[in-house]
Amino acid sequence: MENLVKLTIDGVPVEVPAGTTVLEAAKKAGIKIPTLCYLKDINQIGACRMCLVDTGARAFGAACVLPVSNGMNVKTNTPKIRSARKTNLELLLSNHDKKCLSCVRNQKCELQQMCIDLGVEDTDTYAGKMNEYDIDDLSPSIVRNNNKCILCRRCVAACINTQAVGVIGPVARGFKTQIKCAWDKSLSEAACINCGQCIAACPTGALHEKDSTREVWDLLNDSTKHVVVQPAPAVRAALGEEFGIPMGTSVTGKMAAALRRLGFEKVFDTDWAADLTIMEEGTEFIGRLKNGGTLPLITSCSPGWIKFCETYYPDFIPNLSSCKSPHEMEGAMIKSYWAEKEGIDPKDIRVVSVMPCTAKKFEAKRPELSHDGLQDVDAVLTTRELARMIKEAGIDFANLQDEDFDPMLGESTGAGVIFGATGGVMEAALRTVYEVVTGETLEKVDFEAVRGTEGIKEATVKVGDLDVNVAVAHGTANAAKLLDSIRSGEKNYHFIEVMGCPGGCVTGGGQPIVDAQTRMECDPKALRAKALYTEDANKPHRKSHENASVMALYKDYLGEPNSHKAHELLHTTYTKREKYIK
Amino acid sequence: MKSLADLQAIRARTLENINMRKDEDACRVIIGMATCGIAAGARPVMLAFMDEIAKRNLKHVTVSQTGCIGMCRYEPMLDVVLPGQEKVTYIHVKPEMVPRIVSEHIVNGHPVEEYTIGAAKD
Amino acid sequence: MELYRSHVLVCGGTGCSSSGSAKLIERFEDQLKEKGLDKEVKVVRTGCFGLCEAGPVVIVYPEGTFYSRVKEEDVDEIVSEHLLKGRKVQHLVYVDHKTHESSVQKSLNEIGFYKQQQRVALRNCGVIDPENIDEYIAFDGYQALGKALTEMTPEQVIQVILDSGLRGRGGAGFPTGKKWQFARASQAEHKYFVCNADEGDPGAFMDRSLLEGDPHAILEAMAIGGYAIGADEGWIYVRAEYPIAVKRLEKAIEQAHEYGLLGKNIFGTDFSFDIHIRLGAGAFVCGEETALMASIEGKRGEPRPKPPFPAVKGLFESPTNINNVETLGNVAQIILKGADWFKSIGIPTSTGTKVFALGGKINNTGLVEVPMGVPLRTIIEDIGGGIPNGKKFKAVQTGGPSGGCIPASLLDISVDYDSLTSVGAMMGSGGMIVMDEDNCMVDIARFFLDFTVDESCGKCTPCRIGTRRMLEILQRITEGKGQEGDIEKLETLAENIKASALCGLGQTAPNPVLSTIKFFRDEYEAHIKEKRCPAHHCQALLNYEITDACRGCTACARKCPVNAISGTVKQKHVIDTQKCIKCGNCMATCKFGAIIKN
Repeated sequence: MENLVKLTIDGVPVEVPAGTTVLEAAKKAGIKIPTLCYLKDINQIGACRMCLVDTGARAFGAACVLPVSNGMNVKTNTPKIRSARKTNLELLLSNHDKKCLSCVRNQKCELQQMCIDLGVEDTDTYAGKMNEYDIDDLSPSIVRNNNKCILCRRCVAACINTQAVGVIGPVARGFKTQIKCAWDKSLSEAACINCGQCIAACPTGALHEKDSTREVWDLLNDSTKHVVVQPAPAVRAALGEEFGIPMGTSVTGKMAAALRRLGFEKVFDTDWAADLTIMEEGTEFIGRLKNGGTLPLITSCSPGWIKFCETYYPDFIPNLSSCKSPHEMEGAMIKSYWAEKEGIDPKDIRVVSVMPCTAKKFEAKRPELSHDGLQDVDAVLTTRELARMIKEAGIDFANLQDEDFDPMLGESTGAGVIFGATGGVMEAALRTVYEVVTGETLEKVDFEAVRGTEGIKEATVKVGDLDVNVAVAHGTANAAKLLDSIRSGEKNYHFIEVMGCPGGCVTGGGQPIVDAQTRMECDPKALRAKALYTEDANKPHRKSHENASVMALYKDYLGEPNSHKAHELLHTTYTKREKYIK
Repeated sequence: MKSLADLQAIRARTLENINMRKDEDACRVIIGMATCGIAAGARPVMLAFMDEIAKRNLKHVTVSQTGCIGMCRYEPMLDVVLPGQEKVTYIHVKPEMVPRIVSEHIVNGHPVEEYTIGAAKD
Repeated sequence: MELYRSHVLVCGGTGCSSSGSAKLIERFEDQLKEKGLDKEVKVVRTGCFGLCEAGPVVIVYPEGTFYSRVKEEDVDEIVSEHLLKGRKVQHLVYVDHKTHESSVQKSLNEIGFYKQQQRVALRNCGVIDPENIDEYIAFDGYQALGKALTEMTPEQVIQVILDSGLRGRGGAGFPTGKKWQFARASQAEHKYFVCNADEGDPGAFMDRSLLEGDPHAILEAMAIGGYAIGADEGWIYVRAEYPIAVKRLEKAIEQAHEYGLLGKNIFGTDFSFDIHIRLGAGAFVCGEETALMASIEGKRGEPRPKPPFPAVKGLFESPTNINNVETLGNVAQIILKGADWFKSIGIPTSTGTKVFALGGKINNTGLVEVPMGVPLRTIIEDIGGGIPNGKKFKAVQTGGPSGGCIPASLLDISVDYDSLTSVGAMMGSGGMIVMDEDNCMVDIARFFLDFTVDESCGKCTPCRIGTRRMLEILQRITEGKGQEGDIEKLETLAENIKASALCGLGQTAPNPVLSTIKFFRDEYEAHIKEKRCPAHHCQALLNYEITDACRGCTACARKCPVNAISGTVKQKHVIDTQKCIKCGNCMATCKFGAIIKN
């Protein structure tokens, strides 16, 4: 029996379980309390002082961290409370770079929204000296502009709590406090994994991806180059949100149409390479199982996770699958197989990836992900950047007619689609491994045990006479927990899927930003994943080894999975990285 | 240390030595130690007092010095002041007189009349 | 053990140490040896005597002669005259500024500075050798711990503290017994008892003196408190800037361990208690209990919202009780002498004594301990000896940067928690900074705010930005750039910061501004409207002027760094106010008092 607490908020009686915060209780009573530093499940520190409420105590309390108690009488809407909130907001504005019209977060900024909600009349009420900081844009993935930072510390919490990385934190104190890396290092010099969860957490424009739209516009404008594009599975599950389409709506057809209108010569699909990945990785897994190779095998699709492993858990490098991530495989195939088929010099091809991810920007620059001196992928756009390009090009996205991807490297099965959600790679692999090992048809292709938003998921799957123990972790803090349990000998698995971002790619650091208020109302991880699982269910083929064009690739070009040629083009190596860069 | 008694033992042992810093009910022995007193042999007298007090393990007795009182012909001379009583002045004190002053006056409260200034025959 | 006829107590507190008391000890020892007195006279280094203004301080017992400002060469005289011949060295004996009393005629406790004091927390400071556990024991040390462990239940210990009315001496004045009760009520495998020795108020040093002068008193109180709340581990969070205190604490912990007064099964009971020291780096905010705990845990020293209170979830996530040094300084005596004894000192709502660090424009700067409820006037005039140089008393700032000022009109206020709070000041940790007619109250507010702006941790918005904006306004006013509406803006910001900051530092930061506006609004207005500083303090608002008293000696003109003074020899000179940079050199140079500022 749950322990219930009775209180009144603005005269409305509420009954909630003990341990509930006033903020949550107020929501239940239909009262919206403004927040800035609060981010559900990630940051609850009561620092911004926007959610102040009056409980009759000497000073106002922060509703986001104030637990309810019996008989509490909370007032959220008094002249004093409104004045305190507005004063604190105006104080934030007095030290905030207010170039809103040219800000990447214009109209998607929580600070801006707060000004509207609280009715700020003068942004200069408390004008005074402002801090002036250099912008850190040395990282290939993340740009930090502390002139726009309001010190809510949501990024800090995401980095240390969600991701167990913790390369940023408050430095100096008082008015001079800023969020940055220790010893004044740039993010590019810190052991950052480039996941971009800090960006996803940021309420303002203080954090954003390193912009590649100019570079891509320039490529599209270059008539001497064959510019082809490939969007990742998760992009279609969220791109619509940037155009007012409800969260959880898959916009695959509109996306393909929009990409074509932007001027890409070919619109391929990373889903195709996802199927290819399953062929390679599934074969690698079966090989390791049969030949006594290093187990558990751990997936390598997520570049944030890869850098995390290389930096913080280098002893697990031998466990990593040698497979390149899907968009790198796609890039490698475009510049070899497709180039050969089309009779194009690979030097004249430019591959642009649209990814839900900021770490992919770093990954694309890794020297080992190249062939004959050509990088497999030339430019990486995040979902947000693609949306900006579509808007700039004047494409009426919401009203576009659905189109298909281009043939060959644009064809995919349902298995490739679900790569975008946590557990998807594992499920896709199991579908193929089962049939390859047993030679039998898998009747029930849905592996529910590895779906869902639970931080660490486990399952035992019977493949022939073998019990395969699998685990799925998303968010590197969960990955760290999982690896610790393996290190200590407490757990034993054959196959593990790790995605760097919580929720997997659908809620990656490059996806449309979901504000704190919306996160209180719904779970983007689940909603976006649902869009992918629906698309999977509606596909004629749902197993990677049933992808005809992938099969054709092996027949015509690679020979068989894990062949010598496949290894040369589709596999890679990893390096141990130092936590402290000198 | 395993008991309060152990603590008391340390307390007792140390207290007698540092009592002078707080003991306002102490018996005070004040010895004239100006040039005249020292010349007449006040130092051996003072040391004799300290020995005797230590030997008898007396608490609440302090030995202190003072300058010339102005009656140099009586040196070495000293005052013994018991709490709440008039001071008693001894004159021409020699170290061998000290044990009697301590036992009769300081311990038992009866001044050694024959050594006091009142008994002087000038 | 040797019996000594005389003890020479040399203050080894931070103040006297920095004015050379360690050298004095050496010299005393050398001289005594030379004169053959080393078996008769003992030299003891003690903690602070309180009268730091007169340091280095030496007291000779049994006479209780109080020597002040003793220099190394004075030692020879004290030894040959006082210790050998029994003649007090008159010219070195401290004489009270006001009453002209000295310890030549009277005992130490009868002199003005000490007469009105009552030493409870500081009872052993300046009396015992803080590095000798035996001396502490001789003065009833560890008796209270023994009594608590062998004769009392934890609940009884808490009841005595509750009954005594002891309130926290660190600032807010929360009842100590209640705090202990809350911590006792929490169920947990481990609990912690923490001593907050992160003394941070500018000018306050009572905790330092207590730690330096009587470290065992703190250890004993922590062990008693640990027993009461059910803690098995204690932490002392002390500033690294207090090296003497740290050294003596370390030594005291070691000695207490040797005697079995800390460690396993103390006094043969089931109670075990250990104490660790954590050095703080000096951030003011680390005196706030949640920030202090974060710092002990090795995290950035920042406060977090309460609840959960430390008594429920504190250090390393375990129930924790935190008390200030001076609070703990009272505990052992309350256990020994009883709640009624403690209640007999002070007034019913504020029992016991309070130690104040007296500083600023006052004759007897130093540490004073008085019963709660004494009139402020007694502290300023009788104990403090009044204002130097015949100047007029203007106000006293209590509670440091979190407190407020009390003007001359309220000088008869009772010094207790509630009275001080009622006039917008606060007890705080006990800093008392006296200001005279030359102090500009706007500048005083600016000074204290400058401190809190600097010490703000930067976590919450109102403190991080709000105090900074207030400081900018105050700076503007003192520079003669104040605008109509500035006072109101200061008041709005101040009220908002008080109500909405996350921790006590932010919530109290505006107090110096609010209280100076309350009592000295006319000074603010003079700055803003008339561009005039009534105290002639704010440089930007001063004008130097040469009066008819000028003899035309040209000295001022030669000293002026910007050639703003002109005039011919034997003629009255003139200052060009446009050129003048208001450095004050001319005024200091003039022998005829012919230069004035207004």
